[in-house]
Amino acid sequence: MSWLIQIFSSSVGKKLLMAVTGLCFIGFLAAHLAGNLSLYAGGAAFNAYAEKLHSLGPILVVFELGLLALALIHVITGITLFVQNYKARSVPYEKDKAAGGRTLSSLTMPYTGFIILGFIVFHLINFSFVDKSDRTIFEIVRAAFVNPIYMIIYLVVMIIVALHVRHGFWSAFQTLGVNHPKYMPALMVLSVIVGLIIGLGFGLLPIYLWTIG
Amino acid sequence: MKKLPKTINLTLKVWRQQQSEKKGHFENIATQNIAVHMSFIEMLDSVNEQLTLEGKDPIAFDNDCREGICGTCGAVVDGRAHGPQKATTLCQLHMRQFSDGDTIVVEPFRARAFKVVKDLVVDRSSLDKIMAAGGYISANTGGAPDGNAIPIAQEIAEKAMDAAACIGCGACVAACPSASAMLFVSGKVSQLALLPQGRPEAARRALNMVKTMDTCGFGNCSNHRECENACPKELSIINIARLNREYLKASFFSDAT
Repeated sequence: MSWLIQIFSSSVGKKLLMAVTGLCFIGFLAAHLAGNLSLYAGGAAFNAYAEKLHSLGPILVVFELGLLALALIHVITGITLFVQNYKARSVPYEKDKAAGGRTLSSLTMPYTGFIILGFIVFHLINFSFVDKSDRTIFEIVRAAFVNPIYMIIYLVVMIIVALHVRHGFWSAFQTLGVNHPKYMPALMVLSVIVGLIIGLGFGLLPIYLWTIG
Repeated sequence: MKKLPKTINLTLKVWRQQQSEKKGHFENIATQNIAVHMSFIEMLDSVNEQLTLEGKDPIAFDNDCREGICGTCGAVVDGRAHGPQKATTLCQLHMRQFSDGDTIVVEPFRARAFKVVKDLVVDRSSLDKIMAAGGYISANTGGAPDGNAIPIAQEIAEKAMDAAACIGCGACVAACPSASAMLFVSGKVSQLALLPQGRPEAARRALNMVKTMDTCGFGNCSNHRECENACPKELSIINIARLNREYLKASFFSDAT
C-alpha cells in the first residue's frame, strides 16, 4: 500500500489523478450532452430519455456514486495542487509577462474549477433534487429557463466549462505521458474543438429553451 | 536599415535585498550612456562601477561564463526569465533589445525553493539536491570503452542531446506560474533514460528525483508551457511527458522504491 500512497502524494501522481478523473468527466459530459440533445426533439422525447435513464435503477445509482467519487478525487486533489502551487511562489513578480505558453484557459483552471463545482451543486438542486411528483422533468426544465437570469447563468457557466475543458483535455494526455510530435499538434487542436463542442452544445440549449419560453 | 543609437539611457527598477532574512524593496537607478552592444550583465557591471564610485552597495548578481553555456546567470527582466529575447540567457541578451528612456524591471527568480541570497542572487542548491538524488549513472570508471560498442540510433542520440542541453539555470522554475521544476527534472531524467547506459537505474532515478523535487517545495506542473518558452536551451515539454511515463512505469511496473 505504501507504494500507492507514494505515487498519489507525489506531484506526478496527483496530476495523474486529475488527468484520469478529468477525462472521465469529459466522457460523462459527452453522454450528458447526447441525452440533452433530445430537448430539441420536444418535451416527449426528453421525458422519454429521462424515464429510460431512471429505469436503469441500481445501475444508475452505481454510476452516480462513481461520479461522486470521481468528483471528490478531482476536487480534493485540485485544491491540494492549487494550495501547493500558490505556496510555491511565495513572492509574486512585480512584472509578469507570458513567455508564450500560458493561456487564459490554463491560468484560470483552479478558478473555473471552483465555479463549475458551485454550478454543479446549483444544477443538482435545480433539476435533480427537485420534487418531480406532479410535473415532468421537461416542465421543470422549461419553467426554469423562462427566467432570463437562469438562461444567462447557464450560458456563462458553459463558457467557463469550455475554457476548463480546452486546457484539461490535451493536458490530461500530456500528464499521462501521451505526447509525440506525430499527434500532439492535432491533440491541441482537438482540445479546442472538444471545448467548443461542449461549450456550444450545452450553451445553446438554455438559449433555445428561453426562446421557446 | 534603421541606424541604432550608440548609447541609451535607462532606468533600472531593481530588486534590492540585503540578505535572505531581511525584507527587500525595489530601487530605481538611473543609468546613462549604456552602450547598446553591451550584454545585460555588462550593463550591470557598468551600473555597479557607477554605484561603487558613489559609495553605494553594488547590485549582487550571479554570472560566470558569459557565453550562455554555464547556467549561472539569470534574472527576471521585464517580467520574463532571462529577458525578452527567446532562447537566450541573460548574459547573451544585448542592450540593443531595449530603447532609450525605458524603465526595466529586474527581479530575482522567484520560487519558494529558490531563496534570495542577496539582490538578484538566489540559492538554487535545490536543483543540486535533485541531481544528487539520481541525475547520474553509477558506472565503474575504468579504461574508456570503445566508442561504438553500444550502438545507439541517431534519432535517439539526438533526443538525448536535446534533453542534455539543459544548463540548469532555473529559468523554467522562474517562468512557471506554479514554480515547478518539472522541465529541469525531465531534462535530466530524459537524457539518461533515452540511452542504454541510463536504463539500469532509470526507475530508481525517476522516483527519487521526483520525490526530492517535491520535498524541495517546487510547485506541481500545470502544463502552462511557460517553461519551454522561457528555456534558453529550448527544452521541450515532450521531456515532461517522458518523465511522466518514466515515473508511472517505475511506480507501477518496477521493483524500485
